[in-house]
Amino acid sequence: MEVLLYTLLGFMVIGCIIAVEIKDLLSAVVSVGIVGICLSVIFLFLGAPDIAIVQVVVETLCLIILLRATVQRDDTTIYKYIESFAVATILIFFGVFMVLAYRAFEDLPPFGHPLMTVSQEYLKEGLTMTRAVNFVTSVLLDFRAYDTLGEATVLFVSILGALAVLRRRGRR
Amino acid sequence: MIPYLFATVMLLIGLYAIVARRNLIKIVIGVAITEYAINLFLILLGYRTKGVPPILGKGMDLKEFASSSVDPLPQALTVTSIVIGLGVMALLVALVLRLYEKYGTLDESEMKRLKG
Repeated sequence: MEVLLYTLLGFMVIGCIIAVEIKDLLSAVVSVGIVGICLSVIFLFLGAPDIAIVQVVVETLCLIILLRATVQRDDTTIYKYIESFAVATILIFFGVFMVLAYRAFEDLPPFGHPLMTVSQEYLKEGLTMTRAVNFVTSVLLDFRAYDTLGEATVLFVSILGALAVLRRRGRR
Repeated sequence: MIPYLFATVMLLIGLYAIVARRNLIKIVIGVAITEYAINLFLILLGYRTKGVPPILGKGMDLKEFASSSVDPLPQALTVTSIVIGLGVMALLVALVLRLYEKYGTLDESEMKRLKG
């Protein structure tokens, strides 16, 4: 179980590096798709089947959208990379970030022992209060329904924005 | 601890793509990778060793279930985050397509005509 988790995580990191570094845009998009499907499998192993389903659906849609932007572009641009001094600065700051993140992770509860103060109440009271067997949906649609309402609002506003950006008629 | 570091490395790779790449599609890919890393980190935080999914099966004891289930709260919030990520991706790709129509290139250093 642990070995499988670490293998999948390493696979994801390699896929991310390939997606960022490869020159061909179509290959990069396909690598991102692989990373997303891999993430869905990891969610299954971490005891989150609902998220795995949502991730597969969203990943497929993301891949279609990205392919729409990538395919049939005459990609004759020579990609000039930024100079090596800037890359070195970025890498130094990323190292500092990693060190600080490591220090912060030491204060978190260790992996496999979550701090479940609020969720214990949800798990104990959820069945009698909402009559939902799936506790993710009971949190999503009952205890925190306003969050879901806000999520739907954000989704529709972003789709409206995309339509407004992409429309053909009504321009002057 | 070690899975958290994997998520952090993924986050940094995504940030690197956003900061250091000039191609707009690569920047969109960097945003996507950053989102994946954040979602993965939230789910990793709620994982319990040998935990069961937060779905009550038939004939399961509620007390025993509450002490062996993984955390349902980050999962519920991550569903929200994933769906919002789809919206962000759609908006970003729409902007990229419009910029490509206007400038004829995906290289952001070529886009210098900032007027009107």
